[in-house]
Amino acid sequence: MRLLHCITLGSALFAASVAIAQEAAPEQDPAVIARKSQFRLFAHHLGTMGNMARGTTEYDAELAAAAARNLSLVASQDQATFWPSGTDTESIEGTRALPVIWDNMDEFASRLENLRTAASRMEDVAGTDLASLQGRMKEVSDACGACHRDFRQPE
Amino acid sequence: MDFKRKKPRRRVGRLLQLLVVLGLVAVAAVLWLTRPQPLAPETLAGLEDDPARGELVFWAAGCASCHSAEGAEGEDRLVLAGGRRFVSDFGTFVAPNISPDPTHGIGNWSLQDFANAVLRGVSPGSQHYYPAFPYASYQRMEPQDLVDLYAYFTTLPPSNRPNEAHDVNFPFNIRAGVGVWKYLFMDEAWTVEGDLTAEETRGRYLVEALAHCGECHTPRSAMGALDRNRWFAGAPNPLGEGRIPNISPALLRWSEEDLVAYFTYGLTPDFDSAGGTMAEVIHGLAQLPESDRAAIAAYLQKVEPVQ
Repeated sequence: MRLLHCITLGSALFAASVAIAQEAAPEQDPAVIARKSQFRLFAHHLGTMGNMARGTTEYDAELAAAAARNLSLVASQDQATFWPSGTDTESIEGTRALPVIWDNMDEFASRLENLRTAASRMEDVAGTDLASLQGRMKEVSDACGACHRDFRQPE
Repeated sequence: MDFKRKKPRRRVGRLLQLLVVLGLVAVAAVLWLTRPQPLAPETLAGLEDDPARGELVFWAAGCASCHSAEGAEGEDRLVLAGGRRFVSDFGTFVAPNISPDPTHGIGNWSLQDFANAVLRGVSPGSQHYYPAFPYASYQRMEPQDLVDLYAYFTTLPPSNRPNEAHDVNFPFNIRAGVGVWKYLFMDEAWTVEGDLTAEETRGRYLVEALAHCGECHTPRSAMGALDRNRWFAGAPNPLGEGRIPNISPALLRWSEEDLVAYFTYGLTPDFDSAGGTMAEVIHGLAQLPESDRAAIAAYLQKVEPVQ
C-alpha cells in the first residue's frame, strides 16, 4: 500500500513538473504574442469572407460587411510596438519574422499600406453581393502574400 | 646479373605505360559520355509558334520567380534581368539576364540555342549549365510548348543589366563535372507512373515538367540528386532557414478544392497565406486556367504517401 502511494505521489509530482516545464518553455516576448494575435485576427476575418467566396458557406451580406470592416480595423492598427528590434528569427525562438524586416522598415510599412488599401476597398463592396466580394478577394490575398513572400521564414 | 635486374624494371615501365594509356582512355570515355548534348534539330522542325500560349507556359514554368529582379511586382516581373542570388551548399548562383537584350540577355539566341538551354542544360557555347537551372525537370517539356515559350520570350522587355559570374566552390566549379552529374542523375522518366486520367496526366506534366515542384519539395542526396523514392517528402529550404513542407498525401490532406483555392489565392484552408518562394509560385499558377490548377490538384492525390 505504501509502495503504491509512493508510486502515485511520484508520478503525480513528475506529471506536475512536466506540466510546469511545458508552460514555462514558450516564454515569449509580449510584442511577438501581440503581433501573432493580429495575424490570427486577419486570418479569422479573411476566413469569413473567403469561405463565402469559395462557396463553403452561404453569402451573408451583413456578416461579410462586418468581416471586411473588422479586417480593415485590425489592419489600421499602428505597428510601432509590435516589432521591437531583437525579435527576429536570428535573435529569438518562436517567430518567423525575418531580420530583413528591420533592414527594410520602409518597404515593410509600404506593404502594410497595400493591405490597408486592399482591405478598405473590400470594405466598400463586401456587403453589396457575392460577386463583388469575390472580385476583390484576390487583391486582399495578394497583399498578404506580398508581405509573407519576402518577410516570413518558411516553417 | 645485369639483365636479371633490368628485365623486371622494363616490365614495370611497360605496366606504367599501359596504365597511363588506360587512364587517358578512361578520362576520354568519361568526357565523351558526359559531353554537352544539344537537342536534335529535327525535334523542333515544322512547329508553328504561338506567343499567347507561350505566356501560359511561362507562368507555369515559373521563369519570373528566379529571373525577375528581387522583389519585382506587377509588370516588372516580365523584365527577366536576373541578379537574384541563390546561396547553396555548392556555392552562390546568380540568376542570369534572360531578357531579349542582344548584348546582356539572350536576344541573339536562336530557337535551337534556347531549346538546348531549357531542355538539355547546354549553353550556346556548348557548356553545361548548373542544375540550379531546373532543366532536369524542363527536359520533359513538350517541343511545342518550348517553341511557344521562345516566341513569348521575344515579346518581353529587354534589360541591359550585365551578368555576374556564379561563385561556386571547388570542385563544383569544374563544369565538366556537371556532365557527370547529368549522366548519373538526369532521368527523363516520370516519377508518378500507372493509370492516370487525362486530367491527372495534364497535372503530372504541369508539376513534373513545367512547375518543377520536386526541385524544392523532394529531398536530395549529398550530390544534389533528387531522391525520387521520397517524392514530395519535403526538404530543407534550399535558400535559408526552415523547411519546404511534405506535400505528399501522407501529410497534405487538403481536398482538391482546397488545393485549387490555394493555387488561386495563396490561402490555406485555415486562411493563412503562402509565403517565401511559394508566394512566387502561386503568382504564376494564378495566371493559369482554372482547369490547370485543378489538374495539379488531381495529380497531387496520386502521389505516393511518404512520411
